Amino acid sequence: MSTSTAQTVFWRLPMVVNIGAMLILLVLIAVSISVGVANFSWARLLDDADGSLQLLLTSRLPRTLALMLTGASMAIAGMMMQVVLKNRFVEPSMVGATQSAVLGILLTSLYLPTLPLLGKMGVATVMAFLGMAVFMQLIKRLPATDFLIIPLVGIVFGGIIDSATLFIAYQTEMVQMLSVWRFGDFSSVLAGRYETLWLVGGLSALAYIMADRLTIIGLGDGIAKNLGVNKEAVMWLAIGMVAMISSVVVVTVGAISFVGLVVPNIVSRLVGDRLRVSLPAVAILGSSCVLFCDIIGRVIRYPFEIPVYVVFGVLGSALFLWLLSRAK
Amino acid sequence: MAFLKNNPILIAFIILVIGCGLYLTLNVVSWDFALPLRTRKLVAFLVVGYAVGVSTLLFQTLTHNPILTPSLLGFDALYVLIQSLMLFFLGMVSYTTMPAVGKFAFEVMVMMAMSVAMFRFLLTKHNQDLTRLILVGVIFGILFRSLSYMVARMISPDDFVTVQAHSYASFTAVNVNLLITSMVLSALSFVYIWRHRFALDVLMLGRNCAISLGVPYRTLSLGILMTIALLVSMATALVGPITFFGLLVCALTNRFCTKMAHGERLILVSLVASSTLIVGQAVFEHVFKVAGVLEVIIELFGGVAFLLLIFTQYGKQRTMQ
Repeated sequence: MSTSTAQTVFWRLPMVVNIGAMLILLVLIAVSISVGVANFSWARLLDDADGSLQLLLTSRLPRTLALMLTGASMAIAGMMMQVVLKNRFVEPSMVGATQSAVLGILLTSLYLPTLPLLGKMGVATVMAFLGMAVFMQLIKRLPATDFLIIPLVGIVFGGIIDSATLFIAYQTEMVQMLSVWRFGDFSSVLAGRYETLWLVGGLSALAYIMADRLTIIGLGDGIAKNLGVNKEAVMWLAIGMVAMISSVVVVTVGAISFVGLVVPNIVSRLVGDRLRVSLPAVAILGSSCVLFCDIIGRVIRYPFEIPVYVVFGVLGSALFLWLLSRAK
Repeated sequence: MAFLKNNPILIAFIILVIGCGLYLTLNVVSWDFALPLRTRKLVAFLVVGYAVGVSTLLFQTLTHNPILTPSLLGFDALYVLIQSLMLFFLGMVSYTTMPAVGKFAFEVMVMMAMSVAMFRFLLTKHNQDLTRLILVGVIFGILFRSLSYMVARMISPDDFVTVQAHSYASFTAVNVNLLITSMVLSALSFVYIWRHRFALDVLMLGRNCAISLGVPYRTLSLGILMTIALLVSMATALVGPITFFGLLVCALTNRFCTKMAHGERLILVSLVASSTLIVGQAVFEHVFKVAGVLEVIIELFGGVAFLLLIFTQYGKQRTMQ
């Protein structure tokens, strides 16, 4: 009983949030596996008279896993970006990462078509990294006091890269192909076509290992120096990880905006900013959000599907507006 | 050289005339077929250039700001959303069989009401902080656009691509059904704006100054806002939403104009916008025979212009401190 109330709250609340989020996630996973055009019955899984097991293993489970991995990793990438830039309102698609990755994959498809998938992802990662490096140079000239200017410049910066990409695509008749990467959609996810996403699962785990160092560089340059954390190294490592997560997601399922922006903000309101505590919550909530939006997209116009990027575009931008109205 | 520098309107006019000539005559295979089609498109470009240029310029006068534009704050995305919702509630069949002019009239009325609401909401609530205002506007634009996609998919999942077509800008597929209507409306709106051009000059001095100098501030602002809503609807109905076009042509106009008077700038901005479209389309549509490129190039340069404006503004603020 010697612990103060503040400390009790500090340890209890994240537990409650995490357990609650986990339960919601489990429900969503079950729903995600059950929903779809083909008949599926949990009872028939064992005797497999109607092909339920086959359906589960080739289509429903891969899709659900892909959604979870994408949601968790994009949310974590957003959180890392927010820590690195010390700004609550950024995410991979607002620092040029997503758009540069799309440009990278377009260029590899045009000029290095024989490259294996992982090689293409590597090139896209390098492009995303370069795009972010340019953006970091760009915002150095902006005043630190006006924290909303960074997302604004980031959105326009991303738009410029997007336009350049579209221009190249028009010249080379790749516009149709481009929309596969620009717009996130899970309707074609099958076993054997999503496994690269486990890479970003691994990166998310790496982010958890780095959590304390990330928290410290988020506190400010002076504090990081005093505590003996190499700020530059941690920062560029985080940027590299964000580049890789964005690229793998773009190449495998397509870009989804606002996941990395909205989720960390909500978690931060619930459990605070200590990443060791909040990163698991960010991952779970990110998975839940993307799963939820995909399920909405699947049922709202049954039997047709609305891609997840459209649903998330609506809910994510609405939530972003709400966050902006609450920001001081 | 000095003579040309002092006559930007003359230069823009010469460029426009040359551009029109090129657009009508380049690479024509069959004159009987090409000329009427091209003339219709040319008129559409003139109307769109006038509408986008003038609406942006008026908006900047109204908000006393050289960076704000209706498109940036999501106004044309709002019009696209109104179109999509109408389609949704009427159904595909009745929407396509309804008379185009009646449909457009209704959409414009809704748009006017919504624009006033939007303008009030944005500029009273977020008036203090320009960055916040633009960011909120941009996100509203994204929200409206996402809602339009959603509605498009809800209406007709099979051929949503055709439904979605009007939510993208296209100079190659101009909607020519509204051409006569938009020409009449352009003329009427121009008469209204031209009559108030001196009052608009006074408006630039700020609200209090304008009121003391006898400008009927409330009536005029409301009238101008309605005109902006009308022009934005018109341009969007003809070619679809273009985020940075207005910003680009206004930045060019303010850069080359010798006077800040509205009389001169209104003419120049219309000429600059129309020439951009017509020369650009002449090159891409008739020389390179590619569709969709000019829209993308305008967005690209417009985005760069926006960043330059933002950075120079901060440069100014820093030197002032």
